Amino acid sequence: MASLGDTAGAADLAVHARAHDNGEHSLELIVEGLHCGGCVRRIETALAQQPGLSLGRVNLTTRRLALRWQGAAARAPELARAVEQLGFHVVPYDAERLRSGDALAEKELLRALAVAGFAAGNVMLLSVAVWAGHAQDMGPATRGLLHWFSALIALPAIAYAGRPFFRSALAALRAGRTNMDLPIALAVLLAAGVSLWETAEGGPHVYFEAAVGLLFFLLIGRYLDRRARGKARGAAERLLALENRPVTVLRPDGTQARLPAEQIRADMTVLVAAGERIAVDARVRAGESELDNSLISGESLPVPAGPGDPVFAGTLNLAAPLTLEVTAVGGRTLLAEIVRLMELAEQRSAKYVALADRVARLYAPLVHSLALLTFLGWVLFAGVPWQTALLTAVSVLIITCPCALGLAVPAVQVIASGRLLGRGVLLKSATALERLATVDTVVFDKTGTLTEGRPELQGQALDPGGLALAASLAGASRHPLARALLRAAPEVALAEGVRELPGRGLTLPTEAGEIRLGSRRWCGLPEDASADGPELWLTAPDSAPRRFAFVDRPRADAAAVIAALEDSGLSVELLSGDRAAPVARVAGELGITKWRAACSPADKVAHLEALRARGQRVLMVGDGLNDAPALAAALVSLSPSSAIDISQTAADAVFQGRSLGPVLELLGVARRAEHLVRENLWLAFGYNALTIPLAMAGLVTPLIAAIAMSTSSLVVIANALRLGRAARAGGGR
Amino acid sequence: MSGMLYLIPIALLLGLIGLGAFLWSLRSGQYDDLDGAAERILFDDEEDS
Repeated sequence: MASLGDTAGAADLAVHARAHDNGEHSLELIVEGLHCGGCVRRIETALAQQPGLSLGRVNLTTRRLALRWQGAAARAPELARAVEQLGFHVVPYDAERLRSGDALAEKELLRALAVAGFAAGNVMLLSVAVWAGHAQDMGPATRGLLHWFSALIALPAIAYAGRPFFRSALAALRAGRTNMDLPIALAVLLAAGVSLWETAEGGPHVYFEAAVGLLFFLLIGRYLDRRARGKARGAAERLLALENRPVTVLRPDGTQARLPAEQIRADMTVLVAAGERIAVDARVRAGESELDNSLISGESLPVPAGPGDPVFAGTLNLAAPLTLEVTAVGGRTLLAEIVRLMELAEQRSAKYVALADRVARLYAPLVHSLALLTFLGWVLFAGVPWQTALLTAVSVLIITCPCALGLAVPAVQVIASGRLLGRGVLLKSATALERLATVDTVVFDKTGTLTEGRPELQGQALDPGGLALAASLAGASRHPLARALLRAAPEVALAEGVRELPGRGLTLPTEAGEIRLGSRRWCGLPEDASADGPELWLTAPDSAPRRFAFVDRPRADAAAVIAALEDSGLSVELLSGDRAAPVARVAGELGITKWRAACSPADKVAHLEALRARGQRVLMVGDGLNDAPALAAALVSLSPSSAIDISQTAADAVFQGRSLGPVLELLGVARRAEHLVRENLWLAFGYNALTIPLAMAGLVTPLIAAIAMSTSSLVVIANALRLGRAARAGGGR
Repeated sequence: MSGMLYLIPIALLLGLIGLGAFLWSLRSGQYDDLDGAAERILFDDEEDS
């Protein structure tokens, strides 16, 4: 659904176009509402009819459209309109403005993985020949030649593919810490160094294949880990892209200028077209309109705004142009205040340490002392030459190298997030699953989370004639209540000549008299304070006034989901910014006993902090901007994909669709994943407990090291795959 | 055994060609849009007909 605001923004797309040497311009756009290959096709076919376009290609994975054309930058809006006419909303994507370093890191990992894979395969091939040679009297000259070939492949590959680990280990050392990458880097470097020494000396045992194989397996884990979370970047990027919309300023001499938002000062006069998002906090000077405040308050119904009323950055001007006097800009707007509140909350809760890191903190020093002990033991008590002792110590490092450990967590996470993605849940944070598994309290927001977030006509027993008449007028308006009427009577023909008065209602002059659809006041009826919920009135010359009442219905499965959550021992609460009456009604309908109404964003954060202080581990589910700080303050957070971008950015996971079921699904998968991760860690420890004594006794030859390492990795991956099977079986019921 | 002297370099060379081909395909953006590529194969080329 393309809104009116797009054309207002599109006029300034030319600013984002980049010039190229050959007279072409290029532009990247984020396309919203892109779902499938069909959308790609429609956009590309429409663009193919544009003259002078040398590139118009949609990337379905990143949801971006790359454009390149001959001629002036000013053609950009025209091209964007061609796409918007198809019903897609486009936003400029400025790669330089956004930190796209993540995508680069992913490519670097993939290149390193390819190099390590090539080297591991070839070195293993040569090593098999050497191992066979041990049994069949291979001559030392041939063995030396094969060793040198191995060194030739392995050393450059280690230097290239090992960089991600070396960098991370070095950074940890500089900060005076140890991490999982330190034993990895040490083992790889020592194994390569000692093997090179052995090769030069003509010795029988080299560990090149172990060093390269180790890198290969670990890089797989690293790459999977990064891929799983790559998709989540989109939401944050979209938010940043939306921030740089220009503002129309009315100068004192009466001329207009479009300035970037950061150049706006207080006391300036700005114009906001119908359908445009307001970028500043301001007071209305002239004009009557309705504002969509959902970004700020989470409420779905528009609020009327007239001269003297305050308006806030981030709200959407729905009906008519407004002239505003700026009161606050940039960092002092209410929007910025909420974002700041969110960042503060995030800092407080960013202390969670991933399980794998906690294990590594214990593991790395233990492994290093074992290796040292082996070396000293052999030199001091067995009296062997230090070279042999070093070789044994290195074999301890290799065998204990956290290969299975490095795969144990990512393998489970990748399979879990893949399963969840198939059910419309997008995991954004690496540690979200671990945190979800410990949750004991679930806090919901009301509007848009427990409810569908859009009004529905209540009571279908109305006279159909009245509904048809009302719907024929309502077709002229974009007001949510008018839309809801139209949804209730979709087959009605729209009336000609309907006029909309912003903030009041619709009018249709007929021969018999005027027909009005709108608020109680608009239809000339006395105010009634007892009226509950949003309503529309219809007055026609020949009949009594008719009332249409609307409710924001709970999601269809909300009651069932909440009952299931409480059955599994979780405490469920409802926190809403809405008034007490509707909150109480929804809470009663869904069977939630603990609820609080009229909470400000700060109240919500305070309540979550209080829960945390009592030792409860909270999952927050919310969608509005008013929920964003609370989402950041909770132990773990979830928001529907209909939520605003800031909330999606703050949340650890995002779920799609009109049902609330994904909340249950997510908690279930998280618990199973946690179970499997622990199982995997125990498997990895068990394997170590078995092989470390062998290695310390000096019995581990390169062949045993290679077999032990590969089998432990495969066992861990196979165990992780069980999650996929369990989820499939669970889904079939 | 002397066959190894040229067989190993040939094997390595073939492997390197494969690695080079992969790195080239990565650089030329063939892995940028895996979801889109899966759908594009279903499009008809209308301009050609």
